[in-house]
Amino acid sequence: MSGLNAFQLLNGLTFAALLFIVASGFTLIFGLLRIVNLAHGALYLLGGYLGYAAASATGSFLVGVLAAMAGVAVCGLILDRGLLRFVRGYELRQVLLTLGVAFVLNDMTLVIFGGDTYTVPTPDFLKGAVRFWGLFYPKYRLFVLALGVVVFIALWVLLNKTRLGALIRAGVDDPEIIAAMGINIRKVFLLTFMLGAALAGLGGAVGGAFLTLYPSADSEILVFSLAVVIIGGRGSLVGAAVGALIVGMLNTIGQVMFPEFAYFVIFGPMAAILAFRPLGLFGKAA
Amino acid sequence: MSTSSSAPASSTPARDGLGKVALIAIAVGVLAFAVLPLLVPTYQVSILTEILIFAVLAMAVDILAGYTGRTPLCHGAIFGVATYVVVYWSQQGGAPVTGLLLGVAAATLVGAIFGLLAIRTSGVYFLLLTLALGMIVWGVCLRWTSVTGGENGLRGSVRPEMLAGHMPFYYAVFAVVGLITFIMWRFVRSPFGLTLRGIRDSESRMRALGYNVSLHLFLAFTISGFFAGLAGALYAMFNDFVSPSTVALSQSVEGLLMAITGGIGTLFGAFIGAAAIIGLENFVSQYTERWPTVLGLMFILIMIFAPQGVIGRVRDLVRRR
Repeated sequence: MSGLNAFQLLNGLTFAALLFIVASGFTLIFGLLRIVNLAHGALYLLGGYLGYAAASATGSFLVGVLAAMAGVAVCGLILDRGLLRFVRGYELRQVLLTLGVAFVLNDMTLVIFGGDTYTVPTPDFLKGAVRFWGLFYPKYRLFVLALGVVVFIALWVLLNKTRLGALIRAGVDDPEIIAAMGINIRKVFLLTFMLGAALAGLGGAVGGAFLTLYPSADSEILVFSLAVVIIGGRGSLVGAAVGALIVGMLNTIGQVMFPEFAYFVIFGPMAAILAFRPLGLFGKAA
Repeated sequence: MSTSSSAPASSTPARDGLGKVALIAIAVGVLAFAVLPLLVPTYQVSILTEILIFAVLAMAVDILAGYTGRTPLCHGAIFGVATYVVVYWSQQGGAPVTGLLLGVAAATLVGAIFGLLAIRTSGVYFLLLTLALGMIVWGVCLRWTSVTGGENGLRGSVRPEMLAGHMPFYYAVFAVVGLITFIMWRFVRSPFGLTLRGIRDSESRMRALGYNVSLHLFLAFTISGFFAGLAGALYAMFNDFVSPSTVALSQSVEGLLMAITGGIGTLFGAFIGAAAIIGLENFVSQYTERWPTVLGLMFILIMIFAPQGVIGRVRDLVRRR
């Protein structure tokens, strides 16, 4: 069990890709909307369950993923429009409110899906392993890795090269001016919130196929996402990618070398980074 | 919650002694906790014991959330570290008194370490970081099966023979909690406590006045951890059992919710908060297993309608007249 091999490094890398998908949604909402959504882990789990239910019912992995994204995005819509609007502008009240939502969501998924573990069924062409560099590696995990890269590129293009991205960035800097220019900034922010939630749903459906879904999976993924955002800095896409890589690799190293203290291995570097850069590697002061 | 920076007035009344109303309320409260166990069945006595223990946890949270303006989400973990150490010690056959001391020391140490890391942050970042730190404790307790027993937890025999009965134990806890509460009350009114309030209201001002803000925050965190550890040690005696759910996020959340329900920055409100939450938990549990949902809903409703807590809400209503 000592030492790392290429297989484990790839595991770390694919886990990092999944973390990035989930954490990018978190950092998007946190950085742009100043909302810390502690229900993000619960949304991930909900996405996983929705993906499982839809994929099992239709036999199509793609339908499962889309259902998870759409369902969780609707949840995001309800959360933003139905609850968060009452506490807008109060950062701590928002956080604690989403924490309450996380409790309710988790308990409700427990009621519906019970305490069993589920695995989202993967499509046939992603089953099995490919052989390269003298090792067998599951195709599905490579697919997750590729998906992570695709999501990164898509988000980067969205934020930097499209009108919506420009609106989001401008709205973050000065929502009043944007509103005065006749743009419905609330709608832009709502879209961002739903996009962030959909990313959690995507992560749940994709992650649910190789990490299995169980009732406390949400808090584990939430802690990882928090670590990613704390390390990377809020609102930074690059930060989320770098943070996800660091956390994913450290987690794998920790699990291989010190299985009982895997959390500590993430925690040490996170503490060190915070000591020197309280806002994270790529964070900017608000 | 938002009051921490915008409405410092919410916690000023206690500055120069206590008002008449507050004194009467405290007297009634003490009397109620002293007499109630004689009137209710045994099961309710253990609920009352639990309320007293958790009120200490909520007050520890309040030292940071109410008096220092830093809302923590790791106190359940610090509390649980003490419980784990005490139960583990007794399981290994150690003397209970040593175990209690070790437990509180361990919690204080964890509080100090968390403090060192967390004091550089404030607001939401502080909350997130403490949440992540608390989750690490939970992860370790869950996975370090050879010591913590993993999901099965640990069973010990911490409570000494003479406190085995419900009544003697209740009154022992009553006395200890009374003493702890008095010490905490003196603490928040001490020059040190006033400095913390100064930091809560304006960090830059306190820094300009020459106060070592970081050191004060660190000490406040450590002291708060110490009190959370005391509560955890008491809980070990109460429960004689510990499992990962004792250090879980929901424990931290309940501690914070108790502090908020009672009113952030009121200290004694913790007793009202603890009584409300634990009472509700026991009441709800008779009818449904969906306590987490109820807890979550309460959190949502309180955040929307009464973020300043029950005491704060009542005080606002009284003032408006």
